[in-house]
Amino acid sequence: MSRTGTGASTISVEPGRARPYSLLVGVPLVVLVLLVMSLPRMMQSQVLWSEPNLLFLALLSYLGASAFYVGFVPLRGEILHRMALGATVIGLLFHTGAVVHRTYDAGRPPFSNMYEMLLSFAWGVVLVSIIFEKKYKMTFAGSVTLPIATLALILTQLLPSEIRPLMPALQSTWLHIHVTFAMFAYAACAVSFALALLYLVKDGVSTNTFLGGVSALVASIFAGVLTRFDEQGGILVPAWDALEKREIYLAAKTPLMVSIPGLGYLFAIVLAVSLVPLFLVLLARGKSAVLDAWAHRIFVMSTLLQIVAVAAFISRAKNGSYFSAQVGGFFSTRLSASPFLVAGMASALFASALLLLLLWRRGTIEGILPEPHKIDLLTYKTIAVAFPLLTIMIATGAYWANRTWGSYWSWDPKETWALVSWLVYAGYLHSRLVHGWRGRRSAYFAIIGFAVVIFTFFGVSYLLPGLHAYA
Amino acid sequence: MAAKTSILDTVFKQLSSVRTGIILLIVLVVTAVAGTLIVQKPLARPGELERIYAPETLRVLNFFGLLDVFHSWWFTSLLALLALVIVLASIERFPIAWRYFAHPYRFPDEHFVRNLPLQASVRYRLLTTEEALARASEAFRRKGLKPLLTTKQKSTAIFAEKYRFSRLAAYIIHLSLLTIFAGAIVDALWGYRAFMALTPGETAAQAETMGGTAKISLPFAIRCDGTGQENYPDGTPRRWWSRLAVIEQGKEVLTKEIAVNDPLTYRGVRFFQASYGSTGEAKQLTLGVTPKKGGSEKSLVLVPGVAAPLDEPGSRATLAAFVPDFAIQGNQIVTASERPTNPFIELLVEEPKRSPVRVRLFPAQPAILPSNPSSFDFRYEGVEMVNYTGLQLAREPGQWVIWAGCILLTLGLAMAFYFIHMRFWALPVLDDRGRAALWLGGSASKNREDIEVRFRELVNEVRLALESALPAQGARTDAEPELASSRSTHR
Repeated sequence: MSRTGTGASTISVEPGRARPYSLLVGVPLVVLVLLVMSLPRMMQSQVLWSEPNLLFLALLSYLGASAFYVGFVPLRGEILHRMALGATVIGLLFHTGAVVHRTYDAGRPPFSNMYEMLLSFAWGVVLVSIIFEKKYKMTFAGSVTLPIATLALILTQLLPSEIRPLMPALQSTWLHIHVTFAMFAYAACAVSFALALLYLVKDGVSTNTFLGGVSALVASIFAGVLTRFDEQGGILVPAWDALEKREIYLAAKTPLMVSIPGLGYLFAIVLAVSLVPLFLVLLARGKSAVLDAWAHRIFVMSTLLQIVAVAAFISRAKNGSYFSAQVGGFFSTRLSASPFLVAGMASALFASALLLLLLWRRGTIEGILPEPHKIDLLTYKTIAVAFPLLTIMIATGAYWANRTWGSYWSWDPKETWALVSWLVYAGYLHSRLVHGWRGRRSAYFAIIGFAVVIFTFFGVSYLLPGLHAYA
Repeated sequence: MAAKTSILDTVFKQLSSVRTGIILLIVLVVTAVAGTLIVQKPLARPGELERIYAPETLRVLNFFGLLDVFHSWWFTSLLALLALVIVLASIERFPIAWRYFAHPYRFPDEHFVRNLPLQASVRYRLLTTEEALARASEAFRRKGLKPLLTTKQKSTAIFAEKYRFSRLAAYIIHLSLLTIFAGAIVDALWGYRAFMALTPGETAAQAETMGGTAKISLPFAIRCDGTGQENYPDGTPRRWWSRLAVIEQGKEVLTKEIAVNDPLTYRGVRFFQASYGSTGEAKQLTLGVTPKKGGSEKSLVLVPGVAAPLDEPGSRATLAAFVPDFAIQGNQIVTASERPTNPFIELLVEEPKRSPVRVRLFPAQPAILPSNPSSFDFRYEGVEMVNYTGLQLAREPGQWVIWAGCILLTLGLAMAFYFIHMRFWALPVLDDRGRAALWLGGSASKNREDIEVRFRELVNEVRLALESALPAQGARTDAEPELASSRSTHR
């Protein structure tokens, strides 16, 4: 981290051919150590090739692949890329094993709760990423998509993974078709997002713009977390019934919340510090090197603070008993009760890490990427895949709703947001095909599109009520 | 008159521009998002709106129709405007696409030959122009292209194209969107959604529309012959079902057991299993009865309104009252829920030569011991409740139009994204130094990079076809520089 810190204040632009061998040796070593460390836990379970074990192995492989891909971008080396692809394929095999295992155990495709959706989404992202990599020979997209898949699998480790019987409305083949299309559509959207970001890097969007963007993202995620701020400076999290392995509900849509004291202030500090680089960047507007340097320093600080905040949250929410003002008593909570908080903070940290990488090695990253117009074209091609899939997803969803409730469209938030993401991509396509928009404007469009997709997937379930509340 | 036309023209131009379309999309997105962030009336539970928003806020939101965005007149107007823009934009651009489709440009003129970005020229010797064209046609065929020969002013050109229909894809997409809109309008005007609750044995021909504003009278009646719930081993519901019969003019015409995801359809009206629950009434009550003078306990099944004989001749009991979840409100007995969790039972016991007496039971309240003047002891064993089935009715005459629109939309998108209109030409010309050569050109509706690869393959194929006429030894050395110096790289 210290090395990154010094790199942040003096941006190195020279495309130094740093040692790829350190990574070649280091990454498998770290993965191996993790594997050995987790062996006792894995051996405990009755069947070695059980679903959690397979998933854990997939996670380790993706972790290694991410490191190779991210390492591949700034370090240039065919062997690194081959290692990255190899690790991805091995991970996908384990992952496929886990998905098949789950499907067999549950007697249906794994689409019915957050754990299963993330399991499938990550699988789709990796598969689509490999297909696109082979088909369009883009060796670089994995540097964003594999970390996304890794992040999703880390989250599956925190979510309750019991196989629950399907409620009557969900017992429909059409639902499975609908979700399958959703999964692939979202995976293609994720790839297009990765390409759009890389386009902006290659096209010379200033690092400070990225810095401002990431600061804003981190700040808004922590602001979202702080909507759970408690008057005594705590953070409200749902209580967790350890026996039933589910949240405790006082009434429909009213979960019992407990307050973890002190965390609220810590998160408020993170929010405040993460906003500073944004203000500095806006103030400097690329004209003041001193302010820029300070923006970079404070950004590194905010990343360190985020690590502290996530560590504090995990250590306290992992297994604790806290007071609930709703009923006046102590209740236990687990990490499983707060999947969205963990996901949000992990995403913030992930974005920050990518930005630090950019601050550190922008020159070499640009050197590896193909011509901007080629990335732009690839972005368009991935959206040309995603858009029809989104369309079919909405149509099959409407057909399922019609078979279940007798209404193909009821403007519930999930439906509306799916339509919004469809409209955003329709806007992208029209501006491009009819209006001739290319390059940056298109890339920003693709980024907004994916942001809407992610909000549809997670945000709607977390923040907005509706018929899809169970998914 | 002229001024009027020009205003109409301006309006037409404005409405059919992509800019208007994109602004409209943005406005739609913003209002749709607002409709998910503000709690909407149709999705809110009773009292929820009043709890969340202050009365003043509520009045403002209501005034702007923000409490029911998706059914407000201005949202409908926005959708109508979008449909209009789609129609106008299609009208504006359709003629160009139609020209590509209906009148293929087969014979490249001089200007076209000079300016086409993707082109090459291949020299040929020892061949007449006709022979060269014939060989080139063969090369086209080998590359999966169907050559068409057009002769103009003694000169003949080869033309071949693929996926011409993809020029019309955008219009098929727009047409399909309008089809979906049309289906939705049909349903809004002639369709309905309604609700009816039936208990087993009950027949109904009327339903209440969603929101409870009106009644729908069906041209037939629905009878419920039974309803039930099946559970998973862990107690969560696995399946709800109802046996329904359609009664038309006093005759039973159709029966079906419906379940969630498996509705009954009759005369365009679909009946969905929407809810299931207890009515609060007892279907049958089981009691253990022991005579006070001694004897063994016997089981007694009571059905409301029917007197059941007791073990002594001439004695009988009737269920006078049943309250599933007993509570006192003021001085009245009320029920707190429809589930038999805390029942109150009142029996009317008639015995010979005695006036009828009332016996009350509170099985869940062992502390309450009411007096029992009859000559029997009653013990509560259990109750089977009358359950109702909640049926959702939907009549959507436009739904098949919508599904057709969806399929058309998918086909249109596939045409637009995965098929590119490609055109190739070959024309005998004289090159810069006055030597006989075949000019080759290629053009695509989009994704020119992919077409370039195809074009280069075609050029190679044609070159090989024309070269085979040359003496073997000279072929390679002669042809290579020719292609390199061609203008194929010129943009």
